[in-house]
Amino acid sequence: MTLLAELVTDYTLRTVSLGSAALGAVAGMLGAFAVLRRQSLLGDAVSHAALPGIVLAFVVTGAKTPLALVVGAALAGWAAALLVMLVVRTTRIKIDTALGLVLSVFFGLGLLLLSVVQRHAGAAQAGLDSFLFGQAAALVGDDLRTMAVLGAVVVAGLLLLWKEFKLLSFDPGFAGALGLPVRGLDVALTTLLVVAIVIGLQTVGVVLMSAVIVAPAAAARQWTDRLGRLVLLAGAFGAASGLIGALVSSSVERLPTGPTIVLTLTLLTLASLLFAPRRGLLAARVRRLRQRRRVAVDSVLADLYRLASQHDDPTRAPHAPDVLRAMRDGAGTGRGLELLAERGLAAREADGRWSLTPAGVDAGRRLLDGDAEAGA
Amino acid sequence: MSGALWEILAIAVLASVACALVGVFLVLRRLAMLSDAISHAILPGIVLAYFATKDLNSPWLVLAAAATGVLTVGAVEALARTRRLKEDAAMGIVFPALFSLGVVLITRFAGHVHLDVDSVLLGELAFAPFDRMILGGHDVGARGLWLMGGVALLNASAIAAFYKELKLATFDAGLAASLGLAPAVIHYGLMGLVSVTAVSAFDAVGLVLVVALMIGPAAAASLLTDRLAVMLLLAAGLGAVSAAGGFVLAWALDASIAGAMAVGVGVMFALVFLAAPRRGLLATLLRRRRQRLEFAAVMLAIHLAQHEGTADEDEESRVEHLQGSHVGWTPRFTARVVDFALDREWIGRDGGRLHLTEAGRNEAGRALSGLGRRFAADLGAGI
Repeated sequence: MTLLAELVTDYTLRTVSLGSAALGAVAGMLGAFAVLRRQSLLGDAVSHAALPGIVLAFVVTGAKTPLALVVGAALAGWAAALLVMLVVRTTRIKIDTALGLVLSVFFGLGLLLLSVVQRHAGAAQAGLDSFLFGQAAALVGDDLRTMAVLGAVVVAGLLLLWKEFKLLSFDPGFAGALGLPVRGLDVALTTLLVVAIVIGLQTVGVVLMSAVIVAPAAAARQWTDRLGRLVLLAGAFGAASGLIGALVSSSVERLPTGPTIVLTLTLLTLASLLFAPRRGLLAARVRRLRQRRRVAVDSVLADLYRLASQHDDPTRAPHAPDVLRAMRDGAGTGRGLELLAERGLAAREADGRWSLTPAGVDAGRRLLDGDAEAGA
Repeated sequence: MSGALWEILAIAVLASVACALVGVFLVLRRLAMLSDAISHAILPGIVLAYFATKDLNSPWLVLAAAATGVLTVGAVEALARTRRLKEDAAMGIVFPALFSLGVVLITRFAGHVHLDVDSVLLGELAFAPFDRMILGGHDVGARGLWLMGGVALLNASAIAAFYKELKLATFDAGLAASLGLAPAVIHYGLMGLVSVTAVSAFDAVGLVLVVALMIGPAAAASLLTDRLAVMLLLAAGLGAVSAAGGFVLAWALDASIAGAMAVGVGVMFALVFLAAPRRGLLATLLRRRRQRLEFAAVMLAIHLAQHEGTADEDEESRVEHLQGSHVGWTPRFTARVVDFALDREWIGRDGGRLHLTEAGRNEAGRALSGLGRRFAADLGAGI
């Protein structure tokens, strides 16, 4: 409870939490589109590539003005995305190679500039290197305002072109056939993604920002098939992880914010993969077991009915489990008989053989008739 | 330059050769981003092995990191196999998670030992000469020199030994499998090599440079040749050259060596990308321009042939006519097309009028009959 109280009263903590939640929400929402369009790794390239832009913006302005750094980061990230597209369009080089190359070269350039600036710019540059892994504790009101404005712009852009972006993500060919400017929309969506990434760089760091783009969407994808809900849920997951990660890293000493947020997101994603109601791996497992059981029950019932219906009175025609076992590949026969007994469809005689009850005869007939109909 | 600088340069060159050799296969197999994933993800393996051995030079670190790298690839593939995530998203989740774990372990528990986050990103190439290899009481050179030399040799000999298998599995995995070559074994063997290379180079040059050195030279080489053996040699050579260039840049600027070497790779790639003889940007643009001209010149020949000997020949063969609404070329483009066709001696010119030569008539006929044949083939195919 003390943490909650501090959240209200403590200025730094409040700033940090609000900022981290906002960046998580915006990154999550835009990430939903990146993941759907299989551009998860583009986020990685853009966020790494932002580093030289940040350092150059500092060199040009001589101060760490949030807006200037953000603009520098966005321009560099945008240039990186365009370069990737240029290389892929004009040569035989594939997208993965172009991404990796642009990412590492831009990032290397950033480190080179950073090392030069650190040697020559004196005290003013202190803290620039926190852009590597993020430092939520350093957020101040000015940063927060920049983040809020940019975040609002991104969300507004998303809402404004919602239908177009939706079409672009699911069926770009159809979008083109409708006469939508596919190339322009692609650039617009990529630009929004770049801005969303840039918002988070100070808190999460350039190295790990890509995970904040990918993970909330990947987690949200397990819970819904609808784009609107996916985007909202990814935003909520991102905000929650940002908040939790920032609070934990602020209250524990020597715990960088970026990695903490990423680890929170990873747990959330793993939990979603396992426990989501329909797509979750656990739910799928349960479904498969149930299905296997139904198949076992049905096939034993069908075999028993086929045998029994050869007799004058099908309810008085017991058969040994071994006979049934021989009719199928054997697995699950005993279990199938027990389940039939539980449902009152079959009964075990004193000598260990099994016969159908009247209800079982009906069920068997229905089952085989159904099969025959399905076969026809 | 002093002896120490020569040693740094030698380590950088050996690291770049080692990286470039495995990088060629990553690029060809469209797994380039795996170098990024593996080099980030091996961090927790290194840190945990360090906690266990308390020795940064222990060979266990290399083994643990290599195992982590292979496990990462396995985890990404397992996640993708659940079909709940696409491969790129799986990769985008697994390696930041492992890297975060490594960073947290370092900052929480290893604070001020030799392992710190900056050296992870940047490597400590500048300090490499201080770390000596002592054999039988004699100083035989920097440890990094032996390590990177060893890894370069390992990669070269592994590729030489399994050249045929790697080649087949890379270009035709289906055929490789049907010949009993076990592409999965080759795949994971390659991933093992990538991991060992990454962790060895990582200590010397940091993980950013590992990615740049693996991908950049291989990508550039792929623009210069179609032959695998040539590509391997070229990649190694280009890697070495860009590492050396980057090193000189760092020396001149007194800046981060790893960063400068990554920039060196970038500059090298940019040059190749622009100027590669057949696949470079300039060559591609020139070729497209030429194809456009050639097509237009053939169209001109057909146009002239259509109107040859008809009443409107006089009007249709005027150069100005081509710029009108009928053909719609701009005056500049028309002039270039006419020059091109004159140069080929497809047409002749008297005053403002053009006429076909025998060669031009043949060219128009050939193009038209080609069109006709294609049209007939399409009809035959029921299109």
